[in-house]
Amino acid sequence: MDFEYTADEQAFREEVREFLAENLPPKAERGKGFLATWLTRVREKGWVGFSWPKEFGGSDGGLIEQTILREEMALAKAPPLGSSFMGLAWVGPGIMQYGTQEQKEKFIPDILDSKVTWCTGYSEPNHGSDLAAIQCKAVREGDNYVVNGQKIWTTGAPWSQWIILLVRTQFDVEVKHDGITCLLVPMDAPGLEVKPIENMAGEKHFAEIFFTDVKVPVENRLGDEGEGWKVTVSALANERSSIGEVTQMFAKLDTLKDLVRESTRQGRPAREDPKVRRTIATFEAKIAAMKYNGLRYLTKQIKGEPLTSETSVNKLHRASLEIEMDDFAVELTGQAGLLLGGSDEAVDGGKWTKSSLSWPNVVIGGGTPNIQRNIISERILGQPKD
Amino acid sequence: MNFGFTEEQNLLRDQVARFMQEACSMGKVRELMASDDGFDAALWRQAGELGWLGLTLPEEHGGIGLGWIDLTVVLEETGRGLSPLPIASQALSAAAILRCGNDRHKADWLPAMASGEAICTLSLYDDANWIDPGAITLTGVAADGGLQISGSKPFVADAMAANYYLLAVQGPAGLCLAAVSRDQVEVAPQQHIDPTKPMGRVTLNDVVVGDDFILPLKPDDLAYLTDVGAVAITAEMVGAAEAALNMTNEYAKDRIQFGKPIGQYQGVKHRLADIYVDIESFKSLLYYAAWTVDEAPNELARAASLAKGYASDAFAQIGIDGIGLHGAIGFTAEYDIQLYLKRSKWARPMYGDSDYHLDRVATLGGL
Repeated sequence: MDFEYTADEQAFREEVREFLAENLPPKAERGKGFLATWLTRVREKGWVGFSWPKEFGGSDGGLIEQTILREEMALAKAPPLGSSFMGLAWVGPGIMQYGTQEQKEKFIPDILDSKVTWCTGYSEPNHGSDLAAIQCKAVREGDNYVVNGQKIWTTGAPWSQWIILLVRTQFDVEVKHDGITCLLVPMDAPGLEVKPIENMAGEKHFAEIFFTDVKVPVENRLGDEGEGWKVTVSALANERSSIGEVTQMFAKLDTLKDLVRESTRQGRPAREDPKVRRTIATFEAKIAAMKYNGLRYLTKQIKGEPLTSETSVNKLHRASLEIEMDDFAVELTGQAGLLLGGSDEAVDGGKWTKSSLSWPNVVIGGGTPNIQRNIISERILGQPKD
Repeated sequence: MNFGFTEEQNLLRDQVARFMQEACSMGKVRELMASDDGFDAALWRQAGELGWLGLTLPEEHGGIGLGWIDLTVVLEETGRGLSPLPIASQALSAAAILRCGNDRHKADWLPAMASGEAICTLSLYDDANWIDPGAITLTGVAADGGLQISGSKPFVADAMAANYYLLAVQGPAGLCLAAVSRDQVEVAPQQHIDPTKPMGRVTLNDVVVGDDFILPLKPDDLAYLTDVGAVAITAEMVGAAEAALNMTNEYAKDRIQFGKPIGQYQGVKHRLADIYVDIESFKSLLYYAAWTVDEAPNELARAASLAKGYASDAFAQIGIDGIGLHGAIGFTAEYDIQLYLKRSKWARPMYGDSDYHLDRVATLGGL
């Protein structure tokens, strides 16, 4: 075991740090055009789609370099590398793997250049965790599919230009995973209607989408007809190292410790309260476990050993930490912890209060914790499916 | 960057696993549980010949010259099979001599420990649940040519098997370790919850321990020995917890209730998944802690506390759930899962429970 980096890897880290020193001014000094400039600069460096093959405009970045890049970006609290999170996370990889030459040329550059934002049309009113049971229907008519049905909880739908959509093209199937097809659809297609849903934090990040006779050209089908489940699963299997998240969570833990130092409980410094101390240390143990789990799994990947579903381990930790850390801050600060921004008594401008209502974005969005438990139990431990 | 084991370490793991299956299987462990000292001289000799007792000792003193990652591999595998052999005690005694002893101590004592001829154990704290210099109450007073010690160490691991003891003592010039041999002390077995981890009371009646047998124990030495103690115990916990999970996981696949294997019910399969998550996590923290012992001593305190702080309660719950998921059969003396529950309770307070370690994590983290 060693935690040393090679000279080349160190040099790459230095390169990232130098870049950040030059191109990431403190928040207060960032002007109006900052984000656009940032996105252009990181694109020029080849850091958008860093791990993607060069032929598609990526950099063929290795596993360690990817980890270094994410870690340094998270340490610097830098904006994301590219504006289309889903485009970079699975739409792009899915198109590279299953797309036609035309699709690759049409979609990949716009994802890398942050010109197009993608959303993901998987969940339906009756089918969230049970994704393969979808009912949204597409019927082939000449050179088009005609789509009718509904999607829901589609994060980013209110501002995305494109959607990667799972539809059912065949209903008389023995196995529900068959008969599903993947389509790439512009959000301004006639007959497609977006109705944003307000979440409990007062944000409108997700939406219902209604499809009424929406015509999608056959050339916008990703993969073969009926192969949509395979396309989806292998795209979602683009598991990434969680090191960037870990760095962010350590940073959040630091601000939580600051809050503890400033707070009192029953008139005494909160930092002396055994329960407070134990809670903070438990968070630290879980985050550190995520870090070293991540490094162990990364080592396996580097050695070319297949990962089964080990990343579900860190997803479960992350889910509980997302909920518990904000909740702890709210509880710690008593009635002041209830206040949203705008009041003198609000804690840190109400940021903990607000984020204590935002955890479902992460915790439910990528597959609920109980789905992760099913994955671990069935794929790693070999228990029968329920 | 490489957070994995070397080919040699994998071979070592296979070797210990094979030893446990062939020579120290559960049948053998149960035989040793029923004996007075839980000790088997033939197995011990074999462990010495295979080099496991001198793993972390320098070659000049008859050891193999490897490190704590290698020791972790051995302890994980012996812990997996609940081996009662005092390998951890031997390793911690060796760590104490390497840390606190002078050149003569090392030259005189370590070769016999590497071969297994000397069976040595270390006892630090006398208070049942306090990790602090103040928890060492056995006292020695100045005597002609040494320290005169009267009193006892109540919680001495492997006391009956050992023929040498390193005992923490409050001396006139501060804390020290007194090295005494079996013929200088009285040993009384303590009946306790885990029969695979023999423990006894060691009593000294006006024993004069010569200056040559007194090792200074500075506060940071005591902290170091506590931390490596936590690492060693956690290594055994990882192996034992994995065995408990494996046993329960297989049982859940076979046991049919309401027409289905119980592992198909989410109440069972989700608990198994959570157990897996916990073990993966304290295992990663353990490997990091073991790595710091030799490579990053400044990080050892935090790393050891993260690992033992996580593992203590998690393993205790795994022990309980292992029984619960088995149902009544898990409650029987005949079935092995109950032995893991007992081991989990034994391991919890050793070298600090989760309250101690997590509080220290908070302190080291600036609270």
